[in-house]
Amino acid sequence: MTASMATTRKKAAAATKLSGAQMILKALTDLGVEVVFGYPGGAVLPIYDELFKQDKIRHILVRHEQAATHAAEGYARSTGKPGVVLVTSGPGATNAVTGLTDAMLDSIPMICLTGQVARHLIGNDAFQEADTVGITRPCTKHNYLVKDAADIPNVFHEAFYVATNGRPGPVVIDLPKDVQIEQAEYEVTGRGEHRTYRPQLEGEEEAIREAVAAMATAKRPILYTGGGIINSGPEASDLLTELAHMTGFPVTSTLMGLGAFAASEKQFLGMLGMHGTWEANHAMHDCDVMVNLGARFDDRVTGRVDAFSPGSKKIHVDIDLSSINKNVAVDIPIVGDAAHVIRRMIDIWKEEGFSNHQPSLDDWWSQIEGWRSRECLKYQDQADVIMPQKALERLEALTKDKDPIISTEVGQHQMWAAQFLGFEKPNRWLTSGGLGTMGYGLPAAMGAQIAFPDRLCIDVAGEASIQMNIQELGTLKQYNLPVKVFIMNNEYMGMVRQWQDLSYEGRRSESYSASLPDFVALAEAYGMKGLKVEKAEDLDAVITEMIETDGPVIVDCRVAKLENCFPMVPAGAAHNEMLLPGDGVSKPTDAEALAVV
Amino acid sequence: MKEQGTIATHTISVVVDNEAGVLARVIGLFSGRGYNIESLTVAAVDRNDKRSRITVVTSGTRMVIEQIKAQLDRLVPVQKVADLTIEGPHVSRDLALVKVSGEGDKRVEALRLADAFRARVVDSTRTSFVFELTGSASKLDAFVDLMRDLGLVEVARTGAVALSRGEGGL
Ligand SMILES: Cc1ncc(C[n+]2csc(CCOP(=O)(O)OP(=O)(O)O)c2C)c(N)n1
Ligand SMILES: [Mg+2]
Repeated sequence: MTASMATTRKKAAAATKLSGAQMILKALTDLGVEVVFGYPGGAVLPIYDELFKQDKIRHILVRHEQAATHAAEGYARSTGKPGVVLVTSGPGATNAVTGLTDAMLDSIPMICLTGQVARHLIGNDAFQEADTVGITRPCTKHNYLVKDAADIPNVFHEAFYVATNGRPGPVVIDLPKDVQIEQAEYEVTGRGEHRTYRPQLEGEEEAIREAVAAMATAKRPILYTGGGIINSGPEASDLLTELAHMTGFPVTSTLMGLGAFAASEKQFLGMLGMHGTWEANHAMHDCDVMVNLGARFDDRVTGRVDAFSPGSKKIHVDIDLSSINKNVAVDIPIVGDAAHVIRRMIDIWKEEGFSNHQPSLDDWWSQIEGWRSRECLKYQDQADVIMPQKALERLEALTKDKDPIISTEVGQHQMWAAQFLGFEKPNRWLTSGGLGTMGYGLPAAMGAQIAFPDRLCIDVAGEASIQMNIQELGTLKQYNLPVKVFIMNNEYMGMVRQWQDLSYEGRRSESYSASLPDFVALAEAYGMKGLKVEKAEDLDAVITEMIETDGPVIVDCRVAKLENCFPMVPAGAAHNEMLLPGDGVSKPTDAEALAVV
Repeated sequence: MKEQGTIATHTISVVVDNEAGVLARVIGLFSGRGYNIESLTVAAVDRNDKRSRITVVTSGTRMVIEQIKAQLDRLVPVQKVADLTIEGPHVSRDLALVKVSGEGDKRVEALRLADAFRARVVDSTRTSFVFELTGSASKLDAFVDLMRDLGLVEVARTGAVALSRGEGGL
């Protein structure tokens, strides 16, 4: 190399030097990020300054960092793309912890950028310093502290790879303020993957063959599907539908998996688990071959583990090896991505011509019809008060043709929404399953609405939960996001009250929602429409007005105060020991049973 | 999972990316999920390729051990996990530094036993020795026990490092 070549090279390199903050924006743009949910502060000012200077990435200013994380989750779950969050150091980062944990438990791809104090101040208890990588280590899939601006391009590409590949999850990138200012060359080495992390997508052929052979001889089979199907992408849902139709197997779904298989399908038994349907839980208990596709035998699903589906051969397809044999020992484990494995299952089934000599499932289906005839979701309608189930039935009837995206808060209303709103397609149902985070629904709906400005996005809320992120009404207003907040107001932390009535002899300790705001006035204070409905005969009119209003709306739907959510698998019980509405309250529960729930 | 099964001790070898925080991830996994750590050692083993090897001795039922391995494997910077206890024969070594003080017969006896155990004297004064001893954990335990009556002052141990026998590697 000649001297002059070297100098031109050097010059070119010098010309392409960017500040850390510029590199962050460039990396996000290169990675296809369109929107960031965030909140500024001292330690991210250089990044905010760069945001100001560009127009490719949209920034949505939330009112609390927790809401930014849930908005990113809502965005991710409705689009399948990772949600991006930007918060400052210290309190900004700690406020994000709930949403990170939520995304961790529900396997939601998220990138959370946190500001950090300058490198030389780390460890000095500097102003707004928190050990963010330390605090978030157990609640992220992975995290990074960037100590050198030159690392930014690679770290960002790697972080996106990690968040979205294998079992998705949240990734934190902690960015010291002086790294945001430092100049370096922008260079992505490698292929934007992780140096060593390579999740397994294809299931092991032998195991899949063994599984399909077991399915082909099953007399009482069931497909037990979960959030893994949603995370695998819409194709996995199509394949699941094909598999179900081809085999004729009944399908049940976890809370996280709703929408992967259309609720209107005859083969769909509804959700399973603690508030699952009578038919789904009984079928799970009595089946001879259980095919778990992308679910994780969560304790809300299994009930008492030693009484969980005692006679079945269990097949478990999961992308995460650590989900297998964690809670329930299975017979045929398959580590792989749902879509890949289901596709292989379908091919093998066809190849072997299993449909031709499959045992008849007629007896099984007639047993299932027997369970169905219990009509476990039936409720006693009342004239003088709106039953929560009724409110949801009307909501569903009046919005069905609009293909709405529904989010929820946490509590009875969430379980009723899961039971009464039929989801026909994936990515329409946003709920906090694993962590059960009150305050999730409003920001999640916001995130979905940002992704789909023209879709109908509804947060089915409880009057207690909604107050946990109520400040986001300001965000709705600022961006004129037409989210509909449908509050099922029973004046109680209904789910807590239900447990207290069933297991603590009705001692309603601190579960009354006292001093509620006037939600209509509150809506108006934020400059949006507020509606209130107290009579069943007004429900349709109010819901219609809600839907037809441009812009955000809050509906204060006054519902029966003491209605309980059934069916319910009580504390420490088995699937086939469900309670139905007529079963009365105060079942005796022993200390051990109370401790496990 | 609540499982009635026999509890066994396993030596698990973990090859990880040598990067900041990786040890904290591994230790956090054990404490966060309530697994035991009997010993844990870590050091870089390949500086060019930025690899470290962690050797963890842990105990649990079969299902818990399987979970530990799967959870370790799930950590992003973990490259490989091997359960040396079940994957064939392996050698495991622990190093101890043992300080003994005494005079007269006790001193002579300590030195004689050290010799029998092939311990090396790495420091000595007129009234004390520091012995260096390597071997299996049980051999080290036996030596330390014998020193108790001979003026044992203190012990430092590395915990186990282990490799599989034979030509194969991780
Ligand atoms: C952040 C958070 N704190 C506490 C709880 C415990 N919790 C679960 S449901 C519930 C009551 C929710 O009340 P509301 O939002 O009115 O819903 P409802 O059950 O009445 O439909 C509580 C307090 C939780 N899930 N999340
Ligand atoms: Mg309530």
